[in-house]
Amino acid sequence: MNIQDTTPATAAEPGAVSSERLSSEDRPVILDVQNVSLSFGGVKAIRDVSFDIRQGEVRAIIGPNGAGKTSMLNVINGFYHPQEGTITWKGRERRQMRPHIAATQGIARTFQNVALFQGMSTLDNIMSGRSLKMKRNFLFQLMHYGPARDEEIAHRQHVEEIIDFLEIQSIRRTPVGRLPYGLKKRVELGRALAMEPELLLLDEPMAGMNLEEKEDMSRFIIDVNDQFGTTIALIEHDMGVVMDLSDRVVVLDHGELIADGTPSDVQSNQRVIDAYLGVAH
Amino acid sequence: MSTRTRAPGAHDTMPKLLLRNAARFADKPAIREKDLGIWQSWTWAGVLEEVRGYAMGLAELGLRPGDKVAIVGDNRPRLYWTFVAAQSLGAIPVPVYQDSVAEEMVFVLQHADTRFAVVEDQEQVDKVLSLADQISSLAGVIYDDPRGLKDYTVDKLHALDDVIARGKAMRAEKPELEDEWRAQIDGGSGSDVSVMLYTSGTTGTPKGVVLTNDNVIIAAECGNRFDKLDENEEMIAYLPMAWVGDHIFSYAQSYVAGFCVSCPESPETIPVDRREIGPTYFFAPPRVFENALTQIMVRMEDSGPTKRRLFDFFMKHARKVGEKILIGDAGVSILDRLLYRVGDVLIYGPLRNEMGLTRLKVGYTAGEAIGPEIFQFYRALGLNLKQLYGQTEAGVYITMQPDGEIFPDTVGVAAPNVEVRIADGGEVLYRSPFTFAEYFKNPEATAETKDTEGWVKSGDAGFFDDRGHLKIIDRAKDVGKLRDGGLFAPKYIENKLKFYPNIKEVVALGDGRDFCSVMINIDLVAVGNWAERNNVSYASYQELAAHPDVYRMIEEHVAEVNRSLAAEPSVGAAQIKRFLILHKELDADDGELTRTQKVRRGFIADRYSPLVTALYDGSASCHITTEVTFEDGRRGTITGDVKIVDMAETDSVPLREAAE
Repeated sequence: MNIQDTTPATAAEPGAVSSERLSSEDRPVILDVQNVSLSFGGVKAIRDVSFDIRQGEVRAIIGPNGAGKTSMLNVINGFYHPQEGTITWKGRERRQMRPHIAATQGIARTFQNVALFQGMSTLDNIMSGRSLKMKRNFLFQLMHYGPARDEEIAHRQHVEEIIDFLEIQSIRRTPVGRLPYGLKKRVELGRALAMEPELLLLDEPMAGMNLEEKEDMSRFIIDVNDQFGTTIALIEHDMGVVMDLSDRVVVLDHGELIADGTPSDVQSNQRVIDAYLGVAH
Repeated sequence: MSTRTRAPGAHDTMPKLLLRNAARFADKPAIREKDLGIWQSWTWAGVLEEVRGYAMGLAELGLRPGDKVAIVGDNRPRLYWTFVAAQSLGAIPVPVYQDSVAEEMVFVLQHADTRFAVVEDQEQVDKVLSLADQISSLAGVIYDDPRGLKDYTVDKLHALDDVIARGKAMRAEKPELEDEWRAQIDGGSGSDVSVMLYTSGTTGTPKGVVLTNDNVIIAAECGNRFDKLDENEEMIAYLPMAWVGDHIFSYAQSYVAGFCVSCPESPETIPVDRREIGPTYFFAPPRVFENALTQIMVRMEDSGPTKRRLFDFFMKHARKVGEKILIGDAGVSILDRLLYRVGDVLIYGPLRNEMGLTRLKVGYTAGEAIGPEIFQFYRALGLNLKQLYGQTEAGVYITMQPDGEIFPDTVGVAAPNVEVRIADGGEVLYRSPFTFAEYFKNPEATAETKDTEGWVKSGDAGFFDDRGHLKIIDRAKDVGKLRDGGLFAPKYIENKLKFYPNIKEVVALGDGRDFCSVMINIDLVAVGNWAERNNVSYASYQELAAHPDVYRMIEEHVAEVNRSLAAEPSVGAAQIKRFLILHKELDADDGELTRTQKVRRGFIADRYSPLVTALYDGSASCHITTEVTFEDGRRGTITGDVKIVDMAETDSVPLREAAE
């Protein structure tokens, strides 16, 4: 399997797509992780890991349980601060970064266990993803008057486009707490998209889903990448999904990077096979 | 009864009606669509402008008179405009079921010699393009929703927006095009082919039913006049565009009367959209009404005791007098009327509102038999729900229920302009000015279905009851005879039983046998709920199905059905003598049901042949082992004893009538 083969299934249809998907090497680096180590007390969660994420690619991070995948995402969006190493985001090196600053700089994420406002409607949840983009005075917003109103209309339009994109019109007014799991995940993706991120971090977007929901979610991820040009880094356990969706894969095990390359490279890598299947000692 | 066979001179085609409406109802809304959460409307004048541009764009792409244009997608304004734009050029629209699989679709597209396909979105584009090399006549594919299609580089592929824009630009450049276009519309006549609708193919390969402008427009006028529909109606278009009902209700009747049609945002948002639009004219298959009723009942179960008591009290009252008040019966006492008014404020009104049916003038259900309980529930609430019986070949209407003569178990009397009679074999025949012209490229089938005098075979068996109303009992080919010659209509019996919520599926046997017997599938949800409330414990479906109390309950249902069969002379011979409750749920994975959840009688009779033998050899129980397929594809077996119950016969007809 080469990279061209991993072009989204929709493109492989008889519609015959013109623009060949760029291979990852041809794209500029958007995020560069160099020699990062992270530990909690005596526990080394990440040890000297280096990899990069290139603009517009789908980058998967895989590994057995406890490999440090979620920690890695938390490092990228500034929730954890690594003790060693550097992270360069869009050409600027940063050591300490807080999540809300990462968010304003174009990094959005979803969570392994859905983190939505359960009592609020789908619409309001996604609207909350726009809050960083609201510029008007709090008082004006409170009165829902003048420029604040115009601004809200513009944001609402954007949110409605996301609702249309994710095909969740029928649950627009439904409190999120009442939705099934698969839909919650979709709403969470919607909220992340509302920030118009450049880099989207997805933490197990398909965990606990059935086949149909997984296919839907895969399609949305492909479409986000394809239509908005959003760079995506995702953690996923379903190997079929990872191999189909991603351009390049990073494999972690016990906090160490054990492989990095195209899905086919990684699949045939002996260390990866050992990490997943165990090895006789 | 008038037997006019031509639409009125000046407005005898759909494009002419559009021109008329654009002048007469210029500023009235013609069609709406919910987009990004907001209803967008087009006035009749606005529709004319779009359609004009669209037609010119299509002509520029090479659409010629007589060409066929396939339409594939959900109900969208621009797909409806495709009908009239194509018709204005003398081309023939062919709507296709959007969920049909590729091989079914390729058959229709090939058979119709499709020149252009207008489709809704990427999914349909992919489907049609994958078939493109099998359809030699195909010259272009036009899509409505551009999502996901920006990278497609197929030269035959066009965006609908671009086609309309190009047409508008051409007209701006050369205003004389407009006159040519209008002259082309003037040249059309009522006898021209208006549309081709493919039958869904449940009985063999799909057949293309050709309807002329006269067929469509007279049928629409007929429907409008029957229920006094005018330009102020509101309706919501959500049933498949390829179905004749939608074509007549949402397209032809709207153009004839000038009323507004609203397209929902997505199939899942229909209940919400319906509440926002408040249709005055509404059509739904029985299952929609069943689901709404079930939801209401479930939610009432969960509500507080005061609300529940109010609901029970007023619903009881509604069942007593609601129907009478609805039909304007003078025999209802003032006290009852007052109480009904109170109920209207407290219960009926809010319920109607919840379903979005507050403004309903008339609602129809058809396609399948509806349970009398369900039917009466809605009528008791003051909703004028009716049944009709129709077919593609009939231009929909065969029989309808006139106000004041509505019975849940019949489909009404012949619609205006329609003659109906029963053939010797029991098959329903009809004749009207709007029966189809022919099956496309299939003269044998046409000759077989429609005789030289214009009588069309419906393929359904039925009879007129003593009130002169038609009752449909089954597909004519499924109706059999008992050994003593009595009529045996399996579906009629099965439906009667299936109206009980406890019964999910029924298989009736009896053709060529001494008597009728049935195999019953209980409904796990309903019976499980009953078991919970009555402290009946069970560990599996099989155990619950074999429980003596469940058997007793089902036996009562069967006895009731026997009584109602006994009251009907033409089907009374086939009373149920023996029944059993199946030890497993009938399942499409085991091939026992079709994918659309219809029982496959023949297959089931083979698969459960020991049970069938036992039903007819008098044994009281039968041991059986059945192989089942689990959802993940693994196989297993179910073994058990199935008890068989004998029923006492209910006596002859006159006794029962005297008792009433």
